[in-house]
Amino acid sequence: MSVLLKGALLYGEEAVDVVIAEGRIAGLEPPGGASDGDLVVDARSLVLLPGLVDLHTHLREPGREDAETIQTGSAAAALGGFTAVHAMANTQPVADTAGVVEQVWRRGVDAGLCDVFPVGAVTVGLRGEQLAELGAMAESAARVRVFSDDGVCVNDAVLMRRALEYVKAFDGVIAQHAQEPRLTEGAQMNEGALSGVLGLRGWPSVAEEAIIARDVLLADHVDSRVHICHLSTRGSVEIVRWAKERGINVTAEVTPHHLVLTEEIARTYDPRYKVNPPLRTAADVEAVRRGLADGTIDAVATDHAPHPHEDKDCEWAAGAFGMLGLETALSVVIETMVDTGRLDWRGVADRMSVRPARIGRLDGHGRPLEVGEPANLVLVDPSARWTVDPARLASRSRNTPFVAREMHGRVVATFLAGRPTVLEGRLT
Amino acid sequence: MRHLLSAADLTRDEALLILDTAGELGKVTDRAVKKLPTLRGRTVVNLFFEDSTRTRISFEAAAKRLSADLITFSAKGSSVSKGESLKDTALTLEAMGADAVVVRHEASGAPHRLAHSGWIDCAVINAGDGTHEHPTQALLDAFTLRHHLSGGEGALDGRRVVIVGDVLHSRVARSNVLLLHALGASVTLVAPPTLMPVGVQTWPCEVSYDLDDALPGASAVMMLRVQRERMNAAYFPSTHEYSRRYGLDTRRASLLADDGIVLHPGPMNRGMEITADVADGQRSVIVEQVTNGVNVRMAVLYLILGARAEADLTEASQ
Amino acid sequence: MADAEARRGSTGPDASGRVLDADDIARVTRRIAHEILERSHGPSNVVLMGIQTRGVPLAQRIAGSIQDIEGVEVPLGSLDITMYRDDLRLRGARPLEVTDVPALGVDDRIVVLIDDVLFSGRTIRAALDALSDIGRPRAVQLAVLVDRGHRELPIRADYVGKNIPTSREQAVRVRLTEVDGVDEVAVEG
Repeated sequence: MSVLLKGALLYGEEAVDVVIAEGRIAGLEPPGGASDGDLVVDARSLVLLPGLVDLHTHLREPGREDAETIQTGSAAAALGGFTAVHAMANTQPVADTAGVVEQVWRRGVDAGLCDVFPVGAVTVGLRGEQLAELGAMAESAARVRVFSDDGVCVNDAVLMRRALEYVKAFDGVIAQHAQEPRLTEGAQMNEGALSGVLGLRGWPSVAEEAIIARDVLLADHVDSRVHICHLSTRGSVEIVRWAKERGINVTAEVTPHHLVLTEEIARTYDPRYKVNPPLRTAADVEAVRRGLADGTIDAVATDHAPHPHEDKDCEWAAGAFGMLGLETALSVVIETMVDTGRLDWRGVADRMSVRPARIGRLDGHGRPLEVGEPANLVLVDPSARWTVDPARLASRSRNTPFVAREMHGRVVATFLAGRPTVLEGRLT
Repeated sequence: MRHLLSAADLTRDEALLILDTAGELGKVTDRAVKKLPTLRGRTVVNLFFEDSTRTRISFEAAAKRLSADLITFSAKGSSVSKGESLKDTALTLEAMGADAVVVRHEASGAPHRLAHSGWIDCAVINAGDGTHEHPTQALLDAFTLRHHLSGGEGALDGRRVVIVGDVLHSRVARSNVLLLHALGASVTLVAPPTLMPVGVQTWPCEVSYDLDDALPGASAVMMLRVQRERMNAAYFPSTHEYSRRYGLDTRRASLLADDGIVLHPGPMNRGMEITADVADGQRSVIVEQVTNGVNVRMAVLYLILGARAEADLTEASQ
Repeated sequence: MADAEARRGSTGPDASGRVLDADDIARVTRRIAHEILERSHGPSNVVLMGIQTRGVPLAQRIAGSIQDIEGVEVPLGSLDITMYRDDLRLRGARPLEVTDVPALGVDDRIVVLIDDVLFSGRTIRAALDALSDIGRPRAVQLAVLVDRGHRELPIRADYVGKNIPTSREQAVRVRLTEVDGVDEVAVEG
């Protein structure tokens, strides 16, 4: 199958005709220069970027297929412009063996809507006691490179050290969910003046920052690489910036919701806004935006966390942590980073595709838009405006924090290895 | 006033209206017939997810004195203890035709959720939610203070009230700071730093770690219950040390202004935060607080259900 | 009684709608005081209960007249009937006013309820309920400054200052010095 994208704006810059054939970019021609293809897309005034890569996705399968499946999650990913996602390990059973990660990987291939790369658990059952068989998962068909106990912190310093050391053998990375557990027992929202007023148990910034500080020092000490999941505070940005200046091999991600929402919304006591780490203050939002702009934060990662309706339609304390993210992530980045002039489109490509692919050691993703490269691509209409209707999301769950919010820009088409998964904003 | 979820919902005038109304309703208590027909045909539901005998029976007495039909749901022995959700319980109550729901819940914000989730349409009155608020307790405390300090009329301007104890976990303290501030009193919170909420410096009150510094000349001191479990969570080293530094004994009570009074929302830990002789002493108004609770809750039920009637009428005429 | 009052004839309202001025009001309250004494064979068993708001100063004035006539101070109280209204759904909650029962109570007394305007009768119905929760009078009578008709309940006044025929849409405004700074009754609309 050959595809012709007519007049696409390469990284939002010059217009070109893009020829796609045999899963690769076969030609980049001046507009009007290319001949027909099996599929011709009028891409005038649409921005062409490499397909987005999510480092942090909860697909819930196996175990919680009532919340999401690999099929529905892949569909949500494709609609959000993603061509690759990293499926977190906190499934039931936990993805802590080669068997489970291979199953997830195969189900992703079967769905065929985006490449699903399983994340392996660091410890058996996420229990923080004993290392999982990291090598077996790395050597499996799933080729796992990212390991994380996400949902819980690898709190034991010795265990963390060993994990950091061990994954060096296969160029893996430990993605740390930085949360000191004792400081956050029963925590419900960001700790500060507002949590005091609302009477909700606080989740202090220091509980995140203390772990990040420890782990960058550990990574330095054992000369390994560490990745910080969903970094959310100003202090965390400062620690990562400091570590990078020291030459420590640390990378970090921020979620779309931490780029745009603040703790103030907890005043509603609506668990739709309950997430871990919690929404922080306006100063933290500003700091993570700045960190993302200057590259201290490497990637935007969705932490897409589907939950069934009943787990959110309740009192705050009973609500589950987490928000949907795949179908709204790019719009949030456009609103907070592009439309504000903090990132250009090459910057978006870097933070949402190039660097996450590099952190995950993915070969076929996050590649330059050049002839001969794999045709994992997304076409974006930067001026479109749309409103989030939870009922129309592809995800099996509805727990988006952006209900009725006007979103900036939308995905028009997504191509996975040259094949369209989304056209005209709909699944093909 | 469509709901009463937080003391912050009340302006000074609204708070005074409740206190004035409670004062008039209090006279009914002295009559032979202790009942008013005002809420005849209205249904008030007491929805108690957390055990609280005194608050529950206070609301029950208030609703009955106003002739409302009363349904009491308490967690023990009802479907809520079998894992039925707040939402499903609320829907059941709505189906029973509740006009007002009085809710006590261990989760902060649960009454707010009931009022704003769209599950139900009736009035919601917060009878204590988690570590958030307990507005009717603050109203009855304000009523008691006013009775003793201002002859039962007007506000509390210029009066100083000291609130002592586990402020961090206290919904009573939160509501009292907001309400007493609105009524013109100045409030001083006293607790060990471990039992002060983060951000307390942004509250409309003074903060002190030293009880002996805070008491002299104060018009009233309110002692909060301190749970012994807090000791195990390292909030303070021992109950003995807590009592010594933050307990109210006769010597400390004598530091108050001449007409100064002692309050406690109950239930008390005698010997822990308050000595028995102070609890039973001349300055103690602890028993009176209970009586005033019924009057204040009658006023709240009457004013909220009345305000809703008015709002419905305005809606119908539009 | 109502017929007799009607025969006394009434001057129509003046241009401002005023139907009673200060002198008229003084005259009719004095007359009502006389009528109460006549009917009750003297002041000894009488208790006056003014219905909040304007029934209270009216009751005080009638009590004053009785004092002038008989040299006796009759027990005087006030009644706030807000909590006894049947129209909470229609009119909403309002601040309560003072209910003040005379020290010796109302049991076995002749209680004269005093209000400014008698209209549907619902206020009086509520006042009767309120009174029955306070005690058990031997008899209850009703005195009003103005009866404007349009009763919705089988209630009538024993003493009427003035009958004023009105349409339902009109409003009867009673203003008294103690509350409003001026004494007058006007029909508006």
